[in-house]
Amino acid sequence: MSASGSTTAPDSRADTSAPVLELHDVTVRFGGLTALDSVGLAARPGVVHGVIGPNGAGKTTLFNVACGFVRPTSGTLLHRGAPRARFLPHQLAGLRVARTLQGLGLFDRLTVLDNVMVGADRTARSTFWGGLLSTPGSWRDERAVRDRAMAQLEELGVAQHAGRYPSSLPYPVRKRVALARALVSEPELLLLDEPASGLSSDEMDELAGLVEGLTDRMGVLLVEHHMDLVMRVCDEITVLDFGKVIAHGTPAEVQTDPAVLAAYLGEDVA
Amino acid sequence: MQQLVNTALGGITLGMVFAAFALALVMIWRSTRIVNFAQAAMAMVTTMLALSLIERGWSYWAAFLAALATGFVLGAVIERTLVRRVEGGPELNAVILTLGLFIVLTAGAEIVFGSDYRSFPVPFSLSGTEIGGTTYALTGFDIFTVVAVLVTMGLLLALFQFTDIGLRMRAAAHQQEVARLLGVKVGRMLTLGWALAAVVGSLSGLLIGGGSLVHPHYMESVVVFGFVAAVLGGLDSPAGAVVGGLLLGVTLSFVSGYVGSGLVALAALVVLVVVLMVRPGGLFSATTARRV
Repeated sequence: MSASGSTTAPDSRADTSAPVLELHDVTVRFGGLTALDSVGLAARPGVVHGVIGPNGAGKTTLFNVACGFVRPTSGTLLHRGAPRARFLPHQLAGLRVARTLQGLGLFDRLTVLDNVMVGADRTARSTFWGGLLSTPGSWRDERAVRDRAMAQLEELGVAQHAGRYPSSLPYPVRKRVALARALVSEPELLLLDEPASGLSSDEMDELAGLVEGLTDRMGVLLVEHHMDLVMRVCDEITVLDFGKVIAHGTPAEVQTDPAVLAAYLGEDVA
Repeated sequence: MQQLVNTALGGITLGMVFAAFALALVMIWRSTRIVNFAQAAMAMVTTMLALSLIERGWSYWAAFLAALATGFVLGAVIERTLVRRVEGGPELNAVILTLGLFIVLTAGAEIVFGSDYRSFPVPFSLSGTEIGGTTYALTGFDIFTVVAVLVTMGLLLALFQFTDIGLRMRAAAHQQEVARLLGVKVGRMLTLGWALAAVVGSLSGLLIGGGSLVHPHYMESVVVFGFVAAVLGGLDSPAGAVVGGLLLGVTLSFVSGYVGSGLVALAALVVLVVVLMVRPGGLFSATTARRV
């Protein structure tokens, strides 16, 4: 691992024009299995960057490296141009990176509004002791967080479910709640992990419009199996196979790339 | 009739103390999935400390608050320095750790405070209350016990349900990895959970000790009933801990008053077995275990 940067607070001197997140030559090995092999990728503001590949290609491992669940065996990670030894999950919100999970990961014992309020934690200003002692400042802060969470639910059209528990809601609604929870932290980069799974074609159309509408506020790194969605919303695509990058380019470029066709269709077209 | 009322009142007071102890266990179980066998010893240490302060001339209330504050710090330090090392590991490690802590704290208290039986004062009367010419076994300290536990439970409920820090604690208790991903400092929340639980445990120790003799082993008899109360309600349910504590307290009071005090421990076991046969997860469990 060549990085020598801090793993603590975000570097205030970081280059704000640089990609939000960069991976250089990242390799991840689990025992004898190489899940990622010298993978490079840059997620830029305002760009929807798709990561695709057959099952087992390493897409989820790549996401797990990006959000700190997995420490790379070697390689360099940069946030806004500043090298970091690794990302840690609890630092992600502070770095203004948010992630949705394949399994949604909603807190079933918290209401929809509470779920989204936890996501807005980064924007809270009150101190630990202020919150514990319920100072007037912490009450004002909590009201602000609650208002922000409600506004985010309204933006995604699920505010009417604010008082309900996630397990009582249809899957597409829960997906929107999970997305609201990620967006309420006002991230610069959103990691979307298979957001279209379990959605109908109409719902997928709505999702595509939603993702396209995010690019004026943030970059998006998208792992997805539904090629229609990927080709529609992505500005650039990285294709993985057996842990290696086999292609990178615009949707039109990767669609005609012989290596991509071979990986997906299982035939030697080169 | 008077005996019936007196027995019920005694049961409610006893049940509130069991409820506080059970609530402390439930708070730790919910946040870290650890059964804290050292809870009683932690409560004993803070009560013995309060008694030592009173004997040195402190007022009851100053010593009372000092004991609760010490409980807060003790809980936080134990979680941060010892429990953190076994969290997420094999369950047996945590069991051995808390049992070991129980032994160490008890032995340490014997060294520091001595093993003599010492009377713990009370700030209120221990005489019964006269209503309509009849004296009922409801003392000023009993009323204080019930009010103190209810106020503490109300404050905890307000903290968990209506504050941002309570929300973060609940999130950290439910799904640690997801909470971390959302920026919640999970470790800090777990430390706070242990600290608050230790405060509640300390309160139960102070209330049990009030007006009776305390020594480094005085909480051991309460441990069994506190655990039974927590399991009765469902280890995952704070409301269950309260109901379980009250149910157990009233039941044991009636058994002691009408059947025989020697059967109290057996009665606790019978109540536990009956409830677990009907609802294996406890009265307030969200899910019911079913053998297939």
